[in-house]
Amino acid sequence: MVTINMPEVELTPAGRPILLPTETECSLLSGVQLLCEDDDRLSHFSLHLDPGLLTLTTHRLILIPENSSTAAPSSTQSQHSSSTSRPCSIPLGSITQIFVLKKSIKAMFGSPRLRFQLSVDSEGRVGKTGRSVVVTAVMRGKGDVEAFVDKFRRTWEARVWERDPDGSAGGQGSGGSNSTGNHSVGDSVSGSGRGGFDSRGMRVVGVSGILRREQEIWENTDKNLQEAFQDLNALMSKAKEMVMLAEKMRLKLLSGQSQVSDEELGTKEEMQDWLLSVGVISPVTKESAGALYHQQLSRQLADFVRIPLDRAGGMINLIDMYCLFNRARGTELISPEDLLQACSLWEKFDVPVMLRKFDSGVMVIQNKAQRDEEVFSRIKSLVTRADTLRTGISASDAAITLGIAPALAKEHLLAAESQGLLCRDISPDGFRFYVNLFPEICIDDIHLVMDEGLYTAWIKSSSLSRLMGH
Amino acid sequence: MADFKFPPFYNYPPYFTLQPVKDTREKQVQLWKELILDYCKTRNIFVIRPEEDFPLFSNPTIDRSLTHEARQVFLSALVSEGRAEWLDKGHKKCLVLWHRIQDWADILVQYVKENGLEDSVMTVEEIRSGPESRGTELHGMDRIILWRALKLLENKGKLAIFKGTSADDEGVKFSL
Repeated sequence: MVTINMPEVELTPAGRPILLPTETECSLLSGVQLLCEDDDRLSHFSLHLDPGLLTLTTHRLILIPENSSTAAPSSTQSQHSSSTSRPCSIPLGSITQIFVLKKSIKAMFGSPRLRFQLSVDSEGRVGKTGRSVVVTAVMRGKGDVEAFVDKFRRTWEARVWERDPDGSAGGQGSGGSNSTGNHSVGDSVSGSGRGGFDSRGMRVVGVSGILRREQEIWENTDKNLQEAFQDLNALMSKAKEMVMLAEKMRLKLLSGQSQVSDEELGTKEEMQDWLLSVGVISPVTKESAGALYHQQLSRQLADFVRIPLDRAGGMINLIDMYCLFNRARGTELISPEDLLQACSLWEKFDVPVMLRKFDSGVMVIQNKAQRDEEVFSRIKSLVTRADTLRTGISASDAAITLGIAPALAKEHLLAAESQGLLCRDISPDGFRFYVNLFPEICIDDIHLVMDEGLYTAWIKSSSLSRLMGH
Repeated sequence: MADFKFPPFYNYPPYFTLQPVKDTREKQVQLWKELILDYCKTRNIFVIRPEEDFPLFSNPTIDRSLTHEARQVFLSALVSEGRAEWLDKGHKKCLVLWHRIQDWADILVQYVKENGLEDSVMTVEEIRSGPESRGTELHGMDRIILWRALKLLENKGKLAIFKGTSADDEGVKFSL
């Protein structure tokens, strides 16, 4: 009895599979169990995986068992060994045949079963040639099984993985062919640690897709130029196009969009790099994820926000994130409602980020690790300096010191105020915050000043400035 | 009367902005109540008109002054504690009772006893502005407050009020 050995898949912290550079998601189906029913071959191979979320990509079938993912709605079948509950994948290239979905009376009452044939070697490693086994996918979930199967077949027939320049992804011989037969397969997926955000490689959708298309247009233009200069006849035939091109370039120069100097070219490159670095290669769409759309979007968003969140100092306005996320998605834009719903779902997942609503109604995304106490103590040290004791601070002062946006700084200041740490001063000069001295003032003797404390420090600071002619 | 000494927090800008947070607001209101009573007592002020300029409510040193809302809040806090009274429905005149009516009555009794005026008759106006009261807190005191204190003593049977020919010459006969 040999266990079928499938390459493992690494997940992002939010529980989404890390895709290959050119891989995109096609469809998802939940509640799928993979079984090997190779009875007629004296049961050489065995396979028994916990039911989970089956993701179809252009390159692979990825199974994320329900009890292994961070979503963790507790599985009823957790008695299986842990090795079978890890996320794993089947390269589409190793699938040799997909059988027709059975439409019998029996199938109407039971769960739909899809059988496909897989090539393995004698030790059960998927992706090697040698023997073939039939694997059955039992679809116990509620998703649109027929649509999934249809997409599965079309994706498999499209053989996108073969067009991959490095050919590593779904083709034969991938998936841990260099491993020594133990369970540590799957290096081709995760070993590079690129997390699918690499700027190299071909892109199909998103910002990178647009950039690529632009690149193609310019390559064509370049070809036109070369052909045109080959001989005069050709130039004559191309004259019309050349005039149009010249006009187009002139307009671009006039509008200042075209970069001419080396320095500006550098800036444009930087800009492109930056766009690529934030690009979402395989945006979750309603089409690909179906009923699981918001859940998957939520996970993808959780992975995406980490970099902008770190840059913004641990907290970012929801609206800013909406813009960043949609720009990264390029063509597959999401609505504000979708974003909000995706953020709301974070409560159910174990992700390191959270949605927070301030009393003012402003909504932000923040790191769970970010503690208010920490921000408060920074605010406190900011307002108790000799000069700020006397002058107070504005939201923009706090924004500069805390390294966050002024609107968010104000939220923090208001939160600190409601905690009794600060109090406000509204005057024609503006809205400022002071350290709260009220608790230190004695009500029985309003002239009493203690030997030490913030009130005393403030009196010293303010009387000193008045002596100096302020 | 001595010059009024402002407490240090009078130069604290947030003192002049109504604080929205409950605990902070309570303390701020308390401090304003104390300061208003202290100031009025020192300066012998009986009536505050919140809509008009009132020196206490503006601090030119820090260029801050109380908004009308804040003035209403602080004076109303005094009213609810019995340390002030609105003289009109529009809250435009506020009578400040840095001594409560009972305290004023006690001062009056004390004054009568010290000056041997028991069983004697004097006009109400004489108590406020006569030579005997000079140098006491009664001198120049608000008519309304004096009248209330007299009424309180009348109810206790310690004096009798006679109607005069005009409003100005009501007479008082003490019977302590």
